[in-house]
Amino acid sequence: MKDVTCKLNGLEKSFGRNHVLRGIDLELRAGEVTALMGANGAGKSTLVKILCGYHFADAGRIELGGVPYAPADAADAISKGVVTVHQSIDDGVIPDLDVATNLTLDRLTEPGVGLFVNDRKLRRQARAVAESMGLTMDVRTRVADLDVADRQMIAIARAMARSPKLLILDEPTSSLSASEADRLFNLIDRLRADGVAILYISHRMSDIRRVADRIVSMRDGAISGVFDTEPLDYTGAVNAMLGHQMTEVDIDPVAGGESVLDARELRLFKDSPSINFTAREGEVIAFTGLLGSGTTELAEVLFGLAEPAEGVLLLDGKAYRPTSATEAVASGVFMSPKDRSVNAVIADFDIADNMTLPFLKAFSRFSFLSERAQRRASRDMIDRIGVKCQSERDGIGTLSGGNQQKVMIGRWLLEDARVLLLDEPFQGVDIGARRDIGKYIRQTAAGRTTLVFVAEIDEALEIADRIIVLNEAMIAGEYVNRDVDLNHLVAAVSGPARMQASGQPLPTSPNQAMA
Amino acid sequence: MNSNDTSRSALELAIRYGFIVLLCGLAIFFSIYASGFASARSAVFIFQSVAITGILALGVTCTLVVGGFDLSIGSVATSALMLSAYTMVILEQSAFVAVVVCLAMGALVGLINGLLIVKMRVPDLLATLGMMFLLIGLQRIPTQGNSIATGMNLPDGSVAEGTFSAAFLWLGRHRFDLFLDRLLPVPVVVFLLIALIIWLFLGYTRHGRLMYAIGSNERAAGLVGTNVHRYKIVAYMISGMLASVGGILLAARLGRGDIASGNNLLLDSVAAALIGFAVLGAARPNAFGTAAGALFVGILLQGLTMMNAPYYMQDFVKGAVLVAALVFTFYLSSRRGGRRTA
Repeated sequence: MKDVTCKLNGLEKSFGRNHVLRGIDLELRAGEVTALMGANGAGKSTLVKILCGYHFADAGRIELGGVPYAPADAADAISKGVVTVHQSIDDGVIPDLDVATNLTLDRLTEPGVGLFVNDRKLRRQARAVAESMGLTMDVRTRVADLDVADRQMIAIARAMARSPKLLILDEPTSSLSASEADRLFNLIDRLRADGVAILYISHRMSDIRRVADRIVSMRDGAISGVFDTEPLDYTGAVNAMLGHQMTEVDIDPVAGGESVLDARELRLFKDSPSINFTAREGEVIAFTGLLGSGTTELAEVLFGLAEPAEGVLLLDGKAYRPTSATEAVASGVFMSPKDRSVNAVIADFDIADNMTLPFLKAFSRFSFLSERAQRRASRDMIDRIGVKCQSERDGIGTLSGGNQQKVMIGRWLLEDARVLLLDEPFQGVDIGARRDIGKYIRQTAAGRTTLVFVAEIDEALEIADRIIVLNEAMIAGEYVNRDVDLNHLVAAVSGPARMQASGQPLPTSPNQAMA
Repeated sequence: MNSNDTSRSALELAIRYGFIVLLCGLAIFFSIYASGFASARSAVFIFQSVAITGILALGVTCTLVVGGFDLSIGSVATSALMLSAYTMVILEQSAFVAVVVCLAMGALVGLINGLLIVKMRVPDLLATLGMMFLLIGLQRIPTQGNSIATGMNLPDGSVAEGTFSAAFLWLGRHRFDLFLDRLLPVPVVVFLLIALIIWLFLGYTRHGRLMYAIGSNERAAGLVGTNVHRYKIVAYMISGMLASVGGILLAARLGRGDIASGNNLLLDSVAAALIGFAVLGAARPNAFGTAAGALFVGILLQGLTMMNAPYYMQDFVKGAVLVAALVFTFYLSSRRGGRRTA
C-alpha cells in the first residue's frame, strides 16, 4: 500500500444552520489520483476550501505527512505543501504579468526576499520550472496572450514550483478542449509518478475514467461511496453521488398536447452532436445530466442568452431565435435561472416588488405603478404557492432559501407562459419547499410546456412527465417517468459519451425508439 | 432575537428618523441663536443657495440608482453656462435657442457617457472622469480661455454684439410673489419641480422600479427581460440634461459666461446625493433624500454664516456632514442587516 499523504478524520463544518460537512473521513495517498464527485451543495468545495485554508473546520482533524495540519490561511496551506488549482483559471494566474513572474510570484511573498526584483534570476528560476513541466513557451510572454490550456499549465506549474505534497485540481478541464485536456492528463500522469497525492474534482466521467485511481463520492456533506477496486465502478460512483431514495411523489405522466417547442438539429457547441426534441403543451420535461453536460447551455440557448452553434428552434411552429432575455420574455418564454442570489433576487426589494418585477407593465398605468395591484397579485401568489412570510411587504432577505425560491418561481407564474424554463429550481431549497414547488408546477402545467433543468435524478423523477438525459451536450437517453429503470438512467447520465462522439452507437437508443 | 428587540427597534427608529430630527433640530437651533434666521426671506435664501447643486444632485441620484456614478455633471453644467453665453452673445441667438442647445448638449454628453459605459465597458467612474476633463477643456477652446460677456473682443478683431436676453435672465433672476412680494426665485421653483418629477419617476413608476432593480442586481434585472443597457443610458442622459439645466440657471443668474464659476458644483451635488442615502433610512439613492441632503447643507451653511462663522469653514463642515451621513448609512444599516447584500 502506498503512503498516506493526507488523512482527514471526522471533519465537520456548518455555516449557520446549514450543516455542510457531516464527518468526513478520507485518506489521500502519495502517487495516487483520487477523483472526488458530488452534486452541487454536496460539500466538495467546502472540503477543498478547508484543505487550502479558506475555511476552518468546526471539528475533526487533518494530518499531512503524519503531522497535524490546520492551515491558518491560503498562504500557510501552500507553504505546508497543499496546493490548489481552482476552477476558474484566472484565479490561478495574473494575466497582465509575464510567464516568468507568474511562475515565481509566490517566492516574492516569502519572508526575507529583498526589496528589488532581480529579473534575470527570476527568469532563470522560471525557465527551470517551465522545463520541468514540459512547457516550451518564452517565459517573457504575457500570460493573457496565452491560450486557456497554457494558462492552466502555468497555474499548475505555479503550484508545482512549491513541490507540493498534495495537489488539488478543481474542475481543471471545464474550459479545456479534448486535446488540451490530454496535455493536462499527461502532466497528471507525470506528477503521479513523482509521488504527489492528487485530489481531482470533476463531473466529467471521461476525465475520471482517464485519470482516476480511485473515486470518492460525496452526497449531502458525507462520503457516500469509495471505489478503489479495479475495474472502477463508475456507475456505482454516480449512483452514490446522486443517491437515489425512492421518492414518495407519485407522478402520472402526461403525454402532452400539441408541440410548443421544437428543437431541430440543435448543436450547443461547435463540435457537439445535434439535439432533437419536441416539448408539448401540458407536459413537464426534465433535462438532467452532470455538471457540464450541457443542461445549462441548453437553457441559455432557449432563453436567448447564448447562441447555438447550429440548428433551428420552433415555437408554436414559427421560427424562434431570441437574442436577448427581453425577446424571449416577449415571446412567452420565461426562465427562472439557477443560483438565485446572483441571477434572480433583488436584495433591496420586498417580496411584492421581487415577485412582480418581470411584469411591472401589467401593474402600472401610464407607467405609474399601482402598489395595490402589485400587492394583491403577490398576496394571491404567496397563498397559492405557499410562501411562509408575515406579509408581502417583507424584505426578500428575511425569507428562507426555499421561500425565496418560491417567490422567484412565482414571479414567472403571474402571467401565462408558453414555455417555462426552470434551471435548478431546487437549488438550496429544503425538502418541504421542494415538494410545494414541484406540486404547484405540475398543477399549473396545462397551457404551456415546462422544461426543468436539474442535475439530481431524484428531482427529475419528482417533477417530470418525461426525462431527457444529456451527456456531453448530446441526448444520452429519454424516459417516460413511469417505472423508470434507474440503473439504465444512471448509466445514461454517467455514460461513455466521448466514445459515442467518435461514432459508436448507443447500446440501446431509447431516444430514437421514442421519437 | 426577542432579547434585543427593543434595542433593534430603537436602532431602526434612529436610522429612520435620526436625520430628519437632526435637520429640524438644526433649524430650531439657528432660529434661536442666529437672529433673522427664522424668516421667509432667509428660508428662500437657503433654497436659492442650494437650488442649482440640488438639481445636479438629482441627476447624479438617477445614475446612482442604476449602480453608476456621474463625475461629469459639474463640467456639463459649466459647459452649459459657457455654451448658453456663446449662443447668445457671440452667435446672437435667442434665449429659447440657447436653452434648447444646452439641453441637447447635456443629453448628448449623457448619451456618450452611457455608451462608453454600456458598450465600451469603461468603468463608470473612469468614463465620466474622462468626460469631465474633456468638457473642462472643450468649453475653453471657442473663446481661447476667456469669459464671455457682451462687448468682449473676438479673435477676428470684431466685438461681440449679442446680449443675454431679458427672457434668459428672467430664468435666473425673476422672483414670483408668494405672500411676500418677489419672494420665490425661478431657480428655486425649477428645483422643486424637478425634485417632484424625479421623486415621482424613481419612486412610483415602473421605470424607476426597474432602475432600482438594476442598481441592486443588474444580472437579475436583465434576466427578467429588462433592457438594462437602455435604462443605464437613459440614467446618464437624465443626469446630463439636469446638469445642463443647472448650468443654464447659473448663467442666467450671473448674466455672463464666467469661465471660473461652478468649481464647487460637482463635489457639492455628489455630497448632497450621498447625504440623501441617510434620509429616512433609505440606505440607497433617492430623490427626496437628495433634496433633503442639499437643504441640510444649505441650512447648516446659512446658519453658521449668520452666526459669523468664517467662510473658509464651509468645506470642512460639508465634509464632516458627508462623513457622518455615510457612517449613518453604511454602518448602521449593515447592523440592521438582512436588507442589503455584500
